[in-house]
Amino acid sequence: MSAGIVTAAYIAASVLFILALGGLSNQEKAKRAVWFGIVGMAIAVFATIFGPQVGGWSYMLLIPLMGVGAFLGAVVAKRVEMTEMPQLVAALHSFVGLAAVFIGLNSDIVGTHGLVGAEVAIHEVEIFLGVFIGAITFTGSIIAYGKLAGKIDGKALILPGRHALNAGGAILSFILLTMYMGGSGSWTLYLMLIIAFAIGAHLVAAIGGADMPVVVSMLNSYSGWAAAATGFLLGNDLLIVTGALVGSSGAILSYIMCKAMNRSFISVILGGFGGPTGPAMEIEGEMVATDAATVAAQLDEASSVIIVPGYGMAVAQAQQSVSELTRRLRAKGKEVRFGIHPVAGRLPGHMNVLLAEAKVPYDIVLEMDEINDDFPETDVVMIIGSNDIVNPAAQEDPNSPIAGMPVLEVWKAKTVIVSKRGQGTGYSGIENPLFFKENTRMLYGDAKASLDQLLGLIT
Amino acid sequence: MRIGTPKEIYPGETRVAMTPASAAELQKLGYECLIEKGAGEASRFSDQDYKDAGVKIVTTAAALYKAADVVAKVRPPEDIEIKRLQTGQTLISFFYPAQNKELMDAANKKGAHVIAMDMVPRISRAQKMDALSSMANIAGYRAVTEAANSFGRFFTGQITAAGKVPPAKILVVGAGVAGLAAIGAAQSMGAMVYAFDVRPEVAEQIESMGAEFVFLEFEEEQQDGAETGGYAAPSSPIFREKQLEKFRELAPDMDIVITTALIPGRDAPKLWLEDMVAAMKPGSVVVDLAAERGGNCDLTVADEKIVTDNGVTIIGYTDLPARMAAQSSTLYANNIRHMMTDLTPNKDGKLKHDMKDDVIRGATATHKGKITFPPPPPKIQAIAVQKPKAPEKTAEEIKAEEAAATLKAGKQQTLLLIVGGLLMLFIGAYAPASFMQHFIVFVLSCFIGFQVIWNVSHALHTPLMAITNAISGIIILGALLQIGGHGFIVTVLAGVSILIATINIVGGFMVTRRMLQMFQKS
Repeated sequence: MSAGIVTAAYIAASVLFILALGGLSNQEKAKRAVWFGIVGMAIAVFATIFGPQVGGWSYMLLIPLMGVGAFLGAVVAKRVEMTEMPQLVAALHSFVGLAAVFIGLNSDIVGTHGLVGAEVAIHEVEIFLGVFIGAITFTGSIIAYGKLAGKIDGKALILPGRHALNAGGAILSFILLTMYMGGSGSWTLYLMLIIAFAIGAHLVAAIGGADMPVVVSMLNSYSGWAAAATGFLLGNDLLIVTGALVGSSGAILSYIMCKAMNRSFISVILGGFGGPTGPAMEIEGEMVATDAATVAAQLDEASSVIIVPGYGMAVAQAQQSVSELTRRLRAKGKEVRFGIHPVAGRLPGHMNVLLAEAKVPYDIVLEMDEINDDFPETDVVMIIGSNDIVNPAAQEDPNSPIAGMPVLEVWKAKTVIVSKRGQGTGYSGIENPLFFKENTRMLYGDAKASLDQLLGLIT
Repeated sequence: MRIGTPKEIYPGETRVAMTPASAAELQKLGYECLIEKGAGEASRFSDQDYKDAGVKIVTTAAALYKAADVVAKVRPPEDIEIKRLQTGQTLISFFYPAQNKELMDAANKKGAHVIAMDMVPRISRAQKMDALSSMANIAGYRAVTEAANSFGRFFTGQITAAGKVPPAKILVVGAGVAGLAAIGAAQSMGAMVYAFDVRPEVAEQIESMGAEFVFLEFEEEQQDGAETGGYAAPSSPIFREKQLEKFRELAPDMDIVITTALIPGRDAPKLWLEDMVAAMKPGSVVVDLAAERGGNCDLTVADEKIVTDNGVTIIGYTDLPARMAAQSSTLYANNIRHMMTDLTPNKDGKLKHDMKDDVIRGATATHKGKITFPPPPPKIQAIAVQKPKAPEKTAEEIKAEEAAATLKAGKQQTLLLIVGGLLMLFIGAYAPASFMQHFIVFVLSCFIGFQVIWNVSHALHTPLMAITNAISGIIILGALLQIGGHGFIVTVLAGVSILIATINIVGGFMVTRRMLQMFQKS
């Protein structure tokens, strides 16, 4: 295969990738969009393998490797539970980061033959940058994976002088870069690699659990930039195009997430909530507990119901029960809808995927903006394992850490039922005045157990 | 400023326009509250209650009118009360300006501003001060309890050891606020409720209250309630005949008939004629909520309960809300309080009579020595004709907002482009041509990425992450290019890269497919 045909194949692949991403604008087109992606990837890989730059005995090596990789990937994809999606995505990101690191190191070993003048300098910067971004993506993703899988404590790790640590690491890396370009040898690259690993781990460790959706999409973005940097390094336009697509996609997702939480991107990246500006508002009233029988009666009388799921639903694996409840209520002619906050769960769009898995039709699953005006006319709102996203303090208390964050205005409904494990605060540790409102009833217990009890009472 | 409420002097009127609770709210608006001694007694609010709420007790009505800047009361003023009005004083009460022309002239001569609570337009924003609705609601409820009182049987059907009791059949004529309230009350007491209205669009409301809509087979005339602000209009003679025919057919079966039919600015239509009463069973009850305006029933005597020769009780009380004084005072006082809130936009205790405001304009009968009744039709129709919701903002406001937003976005974009352009120029000045070629590709791809991703639906963000994850496995190309030659270490590192990148690609795509297949439409 000539270089020209390879380039043509790359163009085709680029177009297919763009179509794949663009196709995700609605559920029906999306199914086709994945095929665009798959075909694009196949074209790119085949063109490269059978292109002029790969040949000889390397087939003996790469074909079995790809076979094994494909097998492992397929097994993982088949086995993964939908609730474990965030972990899987984080883990896969780390692979891209690691691959970028290896490729960068390889380029250093191979050397800069055939390049002159500024090209050498640029090549060296590219190696450094590729390894740097790749390393941050790698350790960052591993920490994110650990947090999401519950293997590492989800709380933010706040080291003293953490900003100074990160900045110091970055400056040191820059000094090493100048030394590397000055011909000090490969050890500068390896030292920088270690520093970048540390920065990546520290960066993500400092971000608390509630900000995880942003972290995951941010790492997604990083993995794209790592691929783009590698593309520059190897002079491969397809890598650059794809990396840039993925990088900008992740960046936009992060931006959307941050906007949904009314936080600046920088403050999320730097970790932790901004310090509260004053004492939190006193909460009046008390939490009133209820039981499944009462809730069943209320649902039976209601004509419109909105369900607001959160991470708690994912943890309790309650989506099937939610779906069954929805089915039964709909069969009785009640209007049942879902209100999804952009940052519900641990991954952008997490709740949508879980509900889809449980066969909840997607046209009754609505976004915050679509449903927020409908709460005053709603009889019953069921909150299943969500907390901060329905916290009225965001609107009522200017001193609240989440002040100004757009929230689902569930408290305007006639009755609010909160299914919750116990009386504690949510992931972010903020007291929720919703639980103390007059029209709120608390249904304590594991979400799945509570719902199953409800299902026993609603036929 | 001061708000004062006198004792109602109309005989039998038990309501009061200010309660201790509403006074507390009015004080929050910055007003000082006055009340005539004993004004709340008939509604079970003692002078002490008012004192505790910070209201000043004034011993005589004359002193109250002298001291108050705003007088809030329930009934239209009597002659003596008109005399007490002063120039510049605001009177808020039921007024019925269409029927009370002389009263309006008299008040105007005195230089008083009259706000008629009965003229509040029926738009969503004004519902909180719609006193007609709040009173009608009470009247409807009370009509049922009055009927139950005079009716010698259960409402619910029961089968007891002592025998079978058939359920009471109730017909509600006119499904306005009072009619719907009556339906609800009767329904919850267990009766079988039928309801009739000339406006076909209320059938849904009737059914939502659990009653059966009495359907009239008539095609010619379909009244659109939207045109008349949600009220009924007079019907044609043919329609009327059809309607009466239907009532005649129903009369022998009905145990209780509650009529609430009113047409704004006219006498009540006669709908339940003498022969229908004659056809009813002994012990049946007719409650005529339109008694004050002549009654829907031929035999109604206003303010009285009569029994006909064939044993049918006809109740013509006109003071049904006043019979539940504590409840109606509370609601009416709240209506007044909401009206004051709208009249006091700055919450500084200063009344601002804004004639540009649809609601205030609509309710004002006299203002600054001029008679302002009838008001121009409101800009917003009470009930939208076709569209379910009318936007709160006017078109100009939205336009202005959009223009401002566009301008701002435009400025931002220009700034961004300039900064970006300078950056490009800077890079171009130093980097070699081969780099710039790749750089162009990079920048354009970022651009395409931004454009494409904005359109991704929110629900698909997780699949988006999975698919971008799979695509970022493209990094495999780098490893593929490196695997041949260049020594052992390079090959090992490249090999590992190929392995994990493949996991990424295959895993990412398969998971995405799995996810997308789950999305189903109902």
